[in-house]
Amino acid sequence: MGASWVTSEMRAAVGSELGRKVSFPVSESDIRRWALATWYPAAPPRRFWAPDTDITAPEDFNPFAWMTVPPDGTEPDLGRGGYRGPEQTLGLEPPTTTSMINGGRVTTYGEPMRPGDVITSVNRLTDYFEREGRLGLMLFTVSTDTWTNQRGDTVKTEVATYIRY
Amino acid sequence: MAASVTIGTEVPEYVRTTDLANWNRYAAVNDEFVPIHMDDEAGRAAGFPSAFGMGNLLWAYLHNMLRDWIETEFAGDGRIVSVDLSFRSPNLRGQTVAARGTVTDVREEGGATLVDLDVAVVDRDAPDTVLAPGKATIAIG
Repeated sequence: MGASWVTSEMRAAVGSELGRKVSFPVSESDIRRWALATWYPAAPPRRFWAPDTDITAPEDFNPFAWMTVPPDGTEPDLGRGGYRGPEQTLGLEPPTTTSMINGGRVTTYGEPMRPGDVITSVNRLTDYFEREGRLGLMLFTVSTDTWTNQRGDTVKTEVATYIRY
Repeated sequence: MAASVTIGTEVPEYVRTTDLANWNRYAAVNDEFVPIHMDDEAGRAAGFPSAFGMGNLLWAYLHNMLRDWIETEFAGDGRIVSVDLSFRSPNLRGQTVAARGTVTDVREEGGATLVDLDVAVVDRDAPDTVLAPGKATIAIG
C-alpha cells in the first residue's frame, strides 16, 4: 500500500450520485416483522404491530430490504453481488482494500414511515478521508442518503461512514 | 413533560445477549446475510476473533432504548429527532450488550421540548468496552 488509497479520480467523484432507489409500498407486516426482530424476545411497543393503533414504522426501519422497484425495463437488483463500493458504482478503479466495516452514521429523522408509503432514496458520495489504525491505513468513505415519501416529505437524512482496510 | 427528566437522568438500559440467532433474525428482515456476521472463519479473516454482529442491529437496539423510554416516560408522546453513533468495537458472539443514555440537556425549540442525550452501546460485562458511543435527541409532546 502506498501513501493513500484515494486517487485523483476518486477525489473528483466526490458529490456524485451513487444510487437512487424506490421502495415497494410499506406494509404493516413489514413493520411488524422488523419490530419483532429487533425487540426479540420482548414484544415491541403496540404502535409497531397492533391493528387498533395508527401503525408507524420504527425510525430505523429499512423499506428497501430484499427488493426495490426496478427501473422500467430492467430486472430487479436483488443485491446478490454483495457490497459495491462507490468506485465500482461510478466506473472507477477501486482501492485494493480487503475488508470493510460500518464506521457509523448520523441520522436526522423527519416524517415517520407508515403503511402504504413509497420511499425514495437518493445517495451521494460526500467525502473520502484516511487514518492510520491498528490494521494499517484505513479508508473512510462518507455518503449522504436522503429519503422522501410519496408526498415529497423528508423521512430522513443519513450521513454514513464505511471503513475499508 | 415528566418533571423528573433533568440533566443527568439515566434512561433505562436496553439489554440483549447476542449470538448468531439474533443476527440471523435481523438478517432476515434487513437482507443482511454477510459472511462476517454469519461465519466465524469470515470474522477471523477480517481480523476479529469470531463472527460479529451488525452495526445496524446495535443501531436498532439504541433506537429501541429511546423508543421504550418515550413509551414509558412520556406515554408514547414523542419521537426520535436524531441519532449520531460511531461503531468502535465489534459485537462479538455471546456478548451481552446494553444500550444506555444520559440526559445532557432539556431545551425548548420551535415550540417543542427537546431532550439531548449522550448514548452508547456497551459490553455489559466489561462496561469500559464501548462498542458504539454517540449522541441523540428526542422531541417530547
